[in-house]
Amino acid sequence: MSQPDLQVQDLVGGYVPDVPILRGVSVEVYPGEIVTVLGPNGAGKSTMIKAIAGLVGVTSGKVLLHGQDITGRKTHTLIREGLAYVPQVGNVFVRLSVAENLELGGFAARTNPAERLKQILALFPDLQRLKHLAAGKLSGGQRQMVAVGRALMAAPKVLMLDEPSAGLSPKLTEVLFGKLLEIRATGISILIVEQNAKAALAISDRGYVLAEGQGRFAGPAQELLHSPEVGALYLGAGSRLAS
Amino acid sequence: MMDIFSYVVFFLIIAGIFSLSTLGLNMQWGFSGLLSVGIVGFFGVGAYTTAFITGPHYTDGFGGFGLPIPIGLVGAMLTSGLFALVVGFPTIRLRHDFLAIGTFGIATCIHLLAMNWRSVTRGFDGLHSLPKPFAGAGSPLVVNMLFLALVVLIVGAVYWAMQRMLRSPWGRVQRAIREDEQAAGALGKNAFSYRLQSFVLGSMLMGLSGALYAQFTGYISPQDMLPIFTFQVFVMLIVGGSGNNRGAIVGTVAIWALWTVSETILVNILPPIMARQASTIRVVMVGFILVVMLLYRPQGLIPEERVVSPEARLGGRKD
Amino acid sequence: MMQVIVDGLVAASFVSLGVVGVSLIYNILNFPSFAQGDYLTIGGYMSLIVVLLLGTAGSIMGLQFGWPLILAAFCAILLTGLIAELLDRTIFGTLRRGGSSRITLIMASFGVALMLRNLIVIFFGPDPTYYVFAIQPALHLWGGARITQNEIVVLAVTVVLVMGLHLFLTRTKLGKSMRAVSENPSLARVNGIDVDNVIRWTWFIGSFLAAIAGTLFGLANGLQPYFGFELLLPMFAALIVGGVTNIYGAILGAVLIGIAESLTVKFLAAEYRQAVSFIAVILVLMVRPQGLLGEKE
Repeated sequence: MSQPDLQVQDLVGGYVPDVPILRGVSVEVYPGEIVTVLGPNGAGKSTMIKAIAGLVGVTSGKVLLHGQDITGRKTHTLIREGLAYVPQVGNVFVRLSVAENLELGGFAARTNPAERLKQILALFPDLQRLKHLAAGKLSGGQRQMVAVGRALMAAPKVLMLDEPSAGLSPKLTEVLFGKLLEIRATGISILIVEQNAKAALAISDRGYVLAEGQGRFAGPAQELLHSPEVGALYLGAGSRLAS
Repeated sequence: MMDIFSYVVFFLIIAGIFSLSTLGLNMQWGFSGLLSVGIVGFFGVGAYTTAFITGPHYTDGFGGFGLPIPIGLVGAMLTSGLFALVVGFPTIRLRHDFLAIGTFGIATCIHLLAMNWRSVTRGFDGLHSLPKPFAGAGSPLVVNMLFLALVVLIVGAVYWAMQRMLRSPWGRVQRAIREDEQAAGALGKNAFSYRLQSFVLGSMLMGLSGALYAQFTGYISPQDMLPIFTFQVFVMLIVGGSGNNRGAIVGTVAIWALWTVSETILVNILPPIMARQASTIRVVMVGFILVVMLLYRPQGLIPEERVVSPEARLGGRKD
Repeated sequence: MMQVIVDGLVAASFVSLGVVGVSLIYNILNFPSFAQGDYLTIGGYMSLIVVLLLGTAGSIMGLQFGWPLILAAFCAILLTGLIAELLDRTIFGTLRRGGSSRITLIMASFGVALMLRNLIVIFFGPDPTYYVFAIQPALHLWGGARITQNEIVVLAVTVVLVMGLHLFLTRTKLGKSMRAVSENPSLARVNGIDVDNVIRWTWFIGSFLAAIAGTLFGLANGLQPYFGFELLLPMFAALIVGGVTNIYGAILGAVLIGIAESLTVKFLAAEYRQAVSFIAVILVLMVRPQGLLGEKE
């Protein structure tokens, strides 16, 4: 088995050092995979992704990117290493235009930004006509495209998304998740943290389920979809996410 | 011996008067997290108001009502409260830092008015010959001692009242708002209204402080209203311990002692050419103390007491 | 009337150069710095030191200054920048990294301001002083207005700097990074922007403009230790009138405040010019709190 692109080992941490939200979480994303992390509210999914991104403190445990220890590294250094992150809220600069947002995304890029911009616009064709609008004026779905496009501008190897379907209609969620499949096809590994378990697992290879800051279940996405225990955690006893 | 005693009485009177301003700042900052950068403005409003109310008639100034001093003091508090409302209402409902800017602005304006509205305030000449409480009760020392007793009484009453307020339901709401506004809002408490109350009450205390100062010295002029005073009060509260009423008083006495003693020391140890700069050097020194305190001991000499309301300790009332 | 506008624009020049610093610091460092006015004072007096050392402010083409003053301005920029960086390293930065509240930062800036201007009093004395002790020749403009040579220089330099600022913010990577950080520092970090570096540049640009504004003020009006502090309230007023989040609003605010002040001087009394700023702040906050160009919360 090849080395994981992104690896989290027994991560313990939280917003305040004395109050750990993560209490020993381990997750791996292998090259070319889409991995989803699920769990009820407060499970620590968002906190985990923020801890990887250096926005939340880590008390113990490690984060490895391509085998390199990046635990506690300053956030702004990570994009250069090929790790991109799409936050759940505040994920676009509302006062800047779509074009400026995308341009900012490319600041850390080593590749030709103009070339990259073309590629992103090919992936999200709608953005072409919205280019000069301030991002704050866009709809939720359009903003999400800008947010993901921005993250891709620096040609990352690993893309992390925090609840990408939040606030989106089922139709738009489907479209967005379809885009994620296209992105994976270009060779980028993806880590998704999601509430909408069904939709996310449908495009994922593997998944993890967190509860109360610890891992509960892990396995191939299909298994999790049909697992009674996972269903019980989400929907109550006697259910499954999919039948 | 009498000289020293006399001096100590005088020192305590001024320290006591100033501690009312510090307590006022504590009400605003300690209770509600509001910063007034215009303390000297409210101090000045109080001073001038009482001068107008109790002072003699001037041919070239306003006032001359010659009313009793208590009325002057009350008038001073009401006027400062009014000015506080004018600046607090538009700013507090928006952002706290707007309050800082707004109070800075109003203090500047008040100072300008004091200096330039000569027909009312007599400009730089100021308002003089204000009646002194207990005048005629005996020798100057006796008068001062009576005044000191008055000041101690007032400070004590204010301290007691503020301690009660801190432990009251009102005080609890203030602290809740200061700590977590959203949670407090969810409980239906109007944060803006509570903050405004704090701000106005605190400013009224500053007005009272100014009024007592004017009555004691018998004279008020724009020279008594320099920004350095605002700053001294900041230092007094920080050094003593912000959020803490006892700290406010202790800090005032400590800093006032430092301030008065340092003038003498500086004048004596500096070469003559620099001695003239003694008061400016003092200012730099106090500035330095403030910054050092903020950096290394922001909680002050007396840290904030964790207040548990009596009801909570006894197992709770319906509230 | 023309005179009012001319005087207003000249006054606005100093305020606008100062308010850009205030706006950047407010939006990127999240507090209104009460020390910015005194950074102008420091800038003006640093230039004075160089002029005194050189013995002259020089003269080019009949102007009242020449290369010596320009050199002095460069030195002032460096020195003021150094002082600003030092103050951030020791005071503001330390408080920031310790998670201090906005109020603590405001108090600290007030304390720094007090120290700076009193140090100026100690070293230079409280009396006014000048780079050049000579009467400034005045030119006549249409509309019966008069403007001095130095005031024309002030306006010209300000216009150039404002245009430069616009280009900087819209065309350079650093400028765009600063706009990004001022809106959403966390997202900026995620984008690979080194916020600590942006903060350093914020102080530098603020003090760069302050040093130039201070020197220009010294040139046009002479220096006295409180001149910067007296510009602080107009700067805050410009910030609020224009809309705190918008730097162009701040500059527009400066123009309006400048003209309002000059109207006050003409129709009321020169002593009350600062009152205009306060009234403007209260009015704006009551009627249109987001300012002219700001966004509604």
